[in-house]
Amino acid sequence: MANTDLDRGSRALTQKSKRYSIFSLARNAASYHQNWQQAWRHADPKPAYDAVIIGGGGHGLASAYYLASIHGMTNIAVIEKGWLGGGNTGRNTTIIRSNYMWDESAGIYEHALKLWERLSQDLNFNVMFSQRGVLTITHSEHELKGMSRRVHAIRLNGIDSDILTPAEIKKRVPTINISPDIRYPVMGGFLQKRGGTARHDAVAWGYARAADDLGVDIIQNCEVTGLRRNGGQITGIETSKGFIKTPKVGCVVAGHSSVLADMANIRLPIASRPLQALVSEPIKPILDTVIMSNAVHMYISQSDKGEMVLGAGVDKYNSYAQTGSWPVPEHMVAAAVDLFPFLSRLRMLRQWGGIVDTCPDASPIISKTDIKGLYFNCGWGTGGFKSTPGSGHVFADLIAHDRPNSIALPYSLKRFETGYLIDEHGAAGVAH
Amino acid sequence: MLKINCPICGNRDETEFSCGGEAHIARPIADNKLTDTAFSEYLFMRDNPKGVFLERWCHTSGCRRWFNLARDTISHEIIEIYPMGQTPKTAKGKKAYQANWRRKSKAEAASKPAKRTVK
Ligand SMILES: Cc1cc2nc3c(=O)[nH]c(=O)nc-3n(C[C@H](O)[C@H](O)[C@H](O)COP(=O)(O)OP(=O)(O)OC[C@H]3O[C@@H](n4cnc5c(N)ncnc54)[C@H](O)[C@@H]3O)c2cc1C
Ligand SMILES: [Zn+2]
Repeated sequence: MANTDLDRGSRALTQKSKRYSIFSLARNAASYHQNWQQAWRHADPKPAYDAVIIGGGGHGLASAYYLASIHGMTNIAVIEKGWLGGGNTGRNTTIIRSNYMWDESAGIYEHALKLWERLSQDLNFNVMFSQRGVLTITHSEHELKGMSRRVHAIRLNGIDSDILTPAEIKKRVPTINISPDIRYPVMGGFLQKRGGTARHDAVAWGYARAADDLGVDIIQNCEVTGLRRNGGQITGIETSKGFIKTPKVGCVVAGHSSVLADMANIRLPIASRPLQALVSEPIKPILDTVIMSNAVHMYISQSDKGEMVLGAGVDKYNSYAQTGSWPVPEHMVAAAVDLFPFLSRLRMLRQWGGIVDTCPDASPIISKTDIKGLYFNCGWGTGGFKSTPGSGHVFADLIAHDRPNSIALPYSLKRFETGYLIDEHGAAGVAH
Repeated sequence: MLKINCPICGNRDETEFSCGGEAHIARPIADNKLTDTAFSEYLFMRDNPKGVFLERWCHTSGCRRWFNLARDTISHEIIEIYPMGQTPKTAKGKKAYQANWRRKSKAEAASKPAKRTVK
């Protein structure tokens, strides 16, 4: 999977005066940090653009950045109804890995992981990408067998993956309970050492700042209310700040994808569901990796602030209320306490939900539509943060050339007609 | 947490129920030749409104009976509960039923037996 000629688009922020560095930090410290330049301009919409990206989450901002940096499309805008990263980008538990089972998934997620590995340098923004390893644990004989099949498939794609015994897991994670008597005993696991976490807000801000530097207008507090078409061609968007003319529209709105699709009379196979997470009060460093369990729908890591970050499974019914139902985290916490008894003494600090765009085969949609100039990037569901750079990279390519590249091709909406599904339900782990 | 009024058992916590997703998806019958596009509307495409949604629920840990429910996906208010095989009675429920793109889909039209012209 060597990809030596990957264009990472690192063309923004070339002016020394604008770059963040140890020197700019020292310079600004001298003036009590009162003179930092704005990270991005406050832009009002122009009457027309060459392309518009709807949705100022990580995926939308990354798409805009790569459109400008790689494809030279700088007369473009990102339209966000709230604030940047206020959707799932700023609500997720930030697990990053590329150990999915199918070749198509390896293609997109490993593409993303390669971009993550140098993203802070490319964007001149510290996204705090930390390759602390992601360890997925299994709790039954069947899961163990499924796991080894998966690990071999992953390795065949050239992606790092190691099987660990319970004793090896205990050595890496001393606080875990590997007693065979617990409700969900640990029977083994597999580790992707190159996996880890990143700072979610920084990803949105880093892409926004770099895109802005290349001339992209970033427009917040502006809701898209309609998609104007003429025949089979998109001609512009209606927004709360007026009509904007454009021949190309990329919809990257996660949980609101069906709402946007309805505006253009397009059908999507998506269900919008709440996905919840919570953090504990901050404690001293105790967990230096990410642990996930598909069987009990639990994943846990420790943030740099010291909070234990815990994520649950997806809620069982459709919703656009960004809260979620209480029994879901309750179930997750019960399993987490079983595995990590020390958690029982911690207090919860915050709980929240995000509306995720779940797809029938648990794989995304990166696709043209029957309307010329209208593209969708959605269906990332419970696990799209990890793919943010890769998703933006291939989506920009799709919009610029009006044809999918080899990584995006399998993710066409057409797969729901041909039956060529990319079923990552059991294969990749339920959630992330 | 939803409280759902099962038509048979009464008011119970949502944890006793399973949600079966969008209601009123009629299966196209075999003698109507559908294109793959039209069939995928039946098989995969889903109504996913921000607002009133008609869905099926099953009282899994109770009477195990299925029923339909009209629910607002923003406020989670349950507007109406009505039996399988019927359509909603409330104004909001009726509106949601009519507004669903599926009512005009080829797949739904093909769920009724093709008209045979008798000569
Ligand atoms: C609790 C939780 C935990 C998660 N954990 C992980 C994890 O550990 N690892 C992982 O890889 N993924 C995880 N995910 C999934 C991940 O967060 C998402 O897949 C990803 O962030 C989606 O990014 P996005 O940019 O597509 O969407 P978003 O960040 O949701 O951005 C979409 C934007 O579109 C805007 N928008 C919507 N409608 C309109 C409109 N009409 N006009 C203008 N703007 C509009 C929204 O305001 C929003 O800002 C998690 C999600 C949640 C909720
Ligand atoms: Zn009942």
